[in-house]
Amino acid sequence: MIHFDGVTKRYPGGHEGLRGVTLKVEQGEMVFVTGHSGAGKSTLLKLIPLLERPTRGQVVVAGINLGRLGKRRIPHLRRRIGMIFQDHRLLHDRSVYDNVALPLVISGVHHREVGRRVRAALDKVNLLDKERAFPVTLSGGEQQRVGIARAVVTRPPLLLADEPTGNLDPGLSEEIMHIFEDFNRVGVTTVIASHDLALIDQLGHRHITLSDGALVGDAIRGARDG
Amino acid sequence: MARQQPGRLRQAFEVYLSNHGRAALGALGRLVRDWTPSLMTAGVIGIALALPAAFLVLLDNLQSVTGEWGGDARASLFLHKDVKPEAYRELAQQLRGEDGVAAVSIIPPEEAMAEFQRMSGFSDALELLDENPLPPVLVVEIASGRAPAQIEALADRLGGLPQVARARLDRAWVKRLHAMMALIKRGIWVIAGLLALTVAMVVGNTIRLDIENRREEIVITKLIGGTDGFIRRPFLYAGLWYGLSGGLLACILVEAGRWLLVDPSRQLATLYGSGFRLHGLGLDDIMLLLACGAALGWAGSWLAVGRHLAAIEPR
Repeated sequence: MIHFDGVTKRYPGGHEGLRGVTLKVEQGEMVFVTGHSGAGKSTLLKLIPLLERPTRGQVVVAGINLGRLGKRRIPHLRRRIGMIFQDHRLLHDRSVYDNVALPLVISGVHHREVGRRVRAALDKVNLLDKERAFPVTLSGGEQQRVGIARAVVTRPPLLLADEPTGNLDPGLSEEIMHIFEDFNRVGVTTVIASHDLALIDQLGHRHITLSDGALVGDAIRGARDG
Repeated sequence: MARQQPGRLRQAFEVYLSNHGRAALGALGRLVRDWTPSLMTAGVIGIALALPAAFLVLLDNLQSVTGEWGGDARASLFLHKDVKPEAYRELAQQLRGEDGVAAVSIIPPEEAMAEFQRMSGFSDALELLDENPLPPVLVVEIASGRAPAQIEALADRLGGLPQVARARLDRAWVKRLHAMMALIKRGIWVIAGLLALTVAMVVGNTIRLDIENRREEIVITKLIGGTDGFIRRPFLYAGLWYGLSGGLLACILVEAGRWLLVDPSRQLATLYGSGFRLHGLGLDDIMLLLACGAALGWAGSWLAVGRHLAAIEPR
């Protein structure tokens, strides 16, 4: 699903976000990326939907060599990737329903279909009763669930989450991670950047560790369920 | 497969239509919800469009008035001195039948002499002359509603008659007037061009601010796979609505101005014994004004969108 081959990302000013990273994520896998802040977790995730382009090396996503992907094709790549952010990135002047519907509207899904799929996505994150609410009236955990609903509403084959539980207390964090596990269980490849080592150990999935932009660990910890 | 294709095409077309409808209505809704600044922008556009439109309407009216005056053009035909009275009476009769000639009056040499004596104060000196030096003159009134070029052609033709020594057309003032109006018209078009540029820039700037205000929304839309076209569309429609509402306002302003001038202008025309009536914008003028507004609004937002949207990329 995702294939990094000797990928280096150097930012203007000389700072290296990633240094020669080679890794492979198979379809249907669930992978955590950890490391101290500035280790390159975000850079790694940003290279997949082409929010950044690598300085060296090659990234292949779902069989597409991103180095050869033209600017005009980028939106179509991003439609196949559900992205979840630490700061949710919701539109605050629109209702929960409209936020979740946005990817469907962008993809040109017929409006009769939109309502059904938005409600299905909201149902999966247990927010069906909040569809008319505005994001500001929701708690942090609820806002993050809206973000997840928006990411999965188009049923993408790949989910990327950058510190999805960064601002949440442990109980809510675990709840959010279980939602990701549910999606992974139905075949969605899931990559989550997080520094919540305790929770990651408890869940037990493949676990990639970055340090100063280099890959220093790739292991399955604990027992994998399912 | 063959049966599936038209269905898929129709669906793509439906999606296309609904995308555009959504963008157009969404942009309109946004403008209406935030109506004070929208109205001010539309007002600026409306005034900028109304000024040249009003001038052009005024000039049009002026032209229809001077068209009436143009009918007063007359040509004086100085005949050869040896043309006998019977001959010039016959010529006058013949000219009355010509196309473009309204009336012909004859000034025989004796009559001209008598008038000259009376008017000039040289009566004593003139009595010393052996014979009357003045030729017979035919004054040809040219039918009204002729273009300057037509009048000139007629005068040239009359001047070419064998009995005519010289034809003088009192046309200098008509020519000057038309030249002046052509100059004014050109001036108005220059001003109109500048104001059109103003409209495009006002819309462009408004859209630029709009883009800045919705930066986060644009970033998010790009993040989840919105194409440039999808992101551009509501801004382009906003520009279109601004231009269209400005055009509508311009029509209202011009018609209101005409309504204010219609009574005084009628009084003035009555004093001159003319049935002139101030006319306003026709249906085609209104359509043109609306189309100009819409096109300028679209163009202005296109400029802003092209420059500023590309600069916003998610990080």
